[in-house]
Amino acid sequence: MSSIAKKSGFGATVWDYITSVDHKKIAILYLISGGLFFLIGGIEAMMIRIQLMKAGNDFLSAGTYNEVMTMHGTTMIFLAAMPLLLGFMNAIMPLQIGARDVAFPFLNSLGFWLFFFGGIFLNLSWFLGGAPDAGWTNYASLALASESHGIDFYALGLTISGFGTLISGINFLVTIINMRAPGMTYMRMPLFTWTTFVASALILLAFPPLTIAIFFMVFDRMFGSHFFDVAAGGNTIIWEHLFWIFGHPEVYILILPAFGIFSEIFAIFSRKRLFGYTALVFATILIGFYGFMVWAHHMFTVGLGPTANAIFALATMIIAVPTGVKIFNWLLTVWGGNVSFATPMLYAVGFIPSFVAGGVTGVMQAIAPLDYQLHDSYFIVAHFHYVIVGGVVLAIFAATHLYWPKMFGTMLSEKLGKITFWLFFIGFHLTFFIQHFLGLMGMPRRVYTFGANQGWDLFNAISSVGAIFMALGVIIMLVNIVLTTIKNERVGNDPWGDGRTLEWAIPSPPPFYNFAQTPLVRGLDTYWIEKMEGNKEGMIYAEPLGDIHMPNNSFIPVVMSFGLFVASFGALYHPDGYSWTIPVLVIGLLITFGSMLLRSLKDDLGFHIHKEDLIKDREGVKTDGHK
Amino acid sequence: MAHDVHDYVRTKEEQEYIRRKRAQEMRHMLTSFAMMIFLTLIAFTAVAAGFSTYLIVPIILLLAGVQVVLQLYHFMHLSEKGTGTIAFFMFSGMFVAFIVILTFVTIIWW
Repeated sequence: MSSIAKKSGFGATVWDYITSVDHKKIAILYLISGGLFFLIGGIEAMMIRIQLMKAGNDFLSAGTYNEVMTMHGTTMIFLAAMPLLLGFMNAIMPLQIGARDVAFPFLNSLGFWLFFFGGIFLNLSWFLGGAPDAGWTNYASLALASESHGIDFYALGLTISGFGTLISGINFLVTIINMRAPGMTYMRMPLFTWTTFVASALILLAFPPLTIAIFFMVFDRMFGSHFFDVAAGGNTIIWEHLFWIFGHPEVYILILPAFGIFSEIFAIFSRKRLFGYTALVFATILIGFYGFMVWAHHMFTVGLGPTANAIFALATMIIAVPTGVKIFNWLLTVWGGNVSFATPMLYAVGFIPSFVAGGVTGVMQAIAPLDYQLHDSYFIVAHFHYVIVGGVVLAIFAATHLYWPKMFGTMLSEKLGKITFWLFFIGFHLTFFIQHFLGLMGMPRRVYTFGANQGWDLFNAISSVGAIFMALGVIIMLVNIVLTTIKNERVGNDPWGDGRTLEWAIPSPPPFYNFAQTPLVRGLDTYWIEKMEGNKEGMIYAEPLGDIHMPNNSFIPVVMSFGLFVASFGALYHPDGYSWTIPVLVIGLLITFGSMLLRSLKDDLGFHIHKEDLIKDREGVKTDGHK
Repeated sequence: MAHDVHDYVRTKEEQEYIRRKRAQEMRHMLTSFAMMIFLTLIAFTAVAAGFSTYLIVPIILLLAGVQVVLQLYHFMHLSEKGTGTIAFFMFSGMFVAFIVILTFVTIIWW
């Protein structure tokens, strides 16, 4: 078969994406659906800010506010930030290590569809009797008392999408361990690949506790068990422990890839090798380890006792050390570099003070006695928005600009990009900086309104104005994406002109087999080394040109995930006593296990791209340097 | 292709090296087997001797840990080359699980 893209109809393209096992197409699917959930979560955030705009507002009722607030957190963490990062990992990591795909392309597709159906299931709660309303942490005492089906949607939806994330994490680990190009030792891997590696290891170790916790929750709510029911001899604190054993590594699963993206940006736009590469790598691993030793700092006020609080407080403070190492390494990368302030670099430079501010308030909360004052106040809200928006969201926006040409072959407008950055950056600080003070003034988090006599009116109004700026920034980014797609000006391999790693050595977007010949890696910043030595092709090869073995597309992952989606409805309505619930549950599971059986029994040997097609392909592609 | 395959004949030195290596491996296995029996005996004796539970439980847990390591390295070939990543992930996982269990035992269930 010829690998040269043919013009095909809209339906055929959609079918191609749905059944695709190509990491680059799955990345685009992650980006589209993660982006969609990001917009939904954003609308929920705007509703929160409208409600809190003035004292005694009645835009949302107390119950609806709880639902909106819960869904904002859940959507943003599980359905927006993580999938968007998984999207970039999918798109870029295999290219950075010189691989043709991830280790298990089929599982990659399955991971996406599980996430997608889980996310849809969770959001269907809006139309089927009410969304979850116990906060994104879903503390068991609240969750078990919640009367609508919201919590059931939360528990089942996150179970499904959690499977997807776990599968993706394992897939990335295997890919990075086994599929690096010849010469790509661990200490020559680009930082984004390293952070993908550590984040995937965190996924591997952190998601099982969440799965267990949610499994208990499902059984408590739907099948009459009493794991968390104190009245029946259960223990509600165990949910908190299990949730945060997952929850704290989760924030590192989010922030480490963000660190990786910024590491790439600092090196590219300072035109310098990363300062202290080794230290950055070890700091990443260390942060990964510490992430598992600190979860109880979310629970200082639960009453763990002074000894436990002291141990977890100290462990938490230690994390500031490797994080500080990273910050200084980035600053020293920029120092003395030939800096160009393109849009991604603006985000990277904006990230440092924002994230440091979030880190400092984090260390403040690590001091257990002070945490008794700060706990459950707006100070906490300000803190985690500083690290997640100031770290993760800025990284996602930066990566969107940085990798857009690599993923789609067109450059996003720099002008609109900079407008987005300034609107979003100013809006972000306007919204959240002032919330520190609201917290210190005593405003509790998760309240649906406040009184006019409490003195919180002005600061809340300012915070809401900031949110409008952020929304405008996102809208302009969408306009940017639409305009760029319409203009469709194609770019070459290395559109930024200063690419350092392997992904910039191949066409944008890369052919579906990525590398016609597997590259030979001679050091850190592979492409840069070749460029500096005047190698016009951008890489040297580890193998002669030959036939390439590729996997076939498959529709089975969609069916497999859909089966769990169906089964969830059976489980969800089981406590209502309908007679159809158990059959639906069984049918759903049969669909899933049936498609697993089909996949196991049917041989799918893939296909070969022939050498002649690769040569033909190479002639048709623009491979000149930048612009 | 089948016609490319050559019969490989080991040299005398290689043969000798492999033989010695296998003998050594066998010795290791037998030693650790003996050690494991001995450790099990200690555990049983500790219980039979009727020491305080606060002594017996830590001793048994410690011996169990040693047994796991012996088992992994001498019988499940973790000592061989190319198992570094596996070992790293396994011990990281064990470490995380250990911290969780320790915390649960000390601050929830004590």
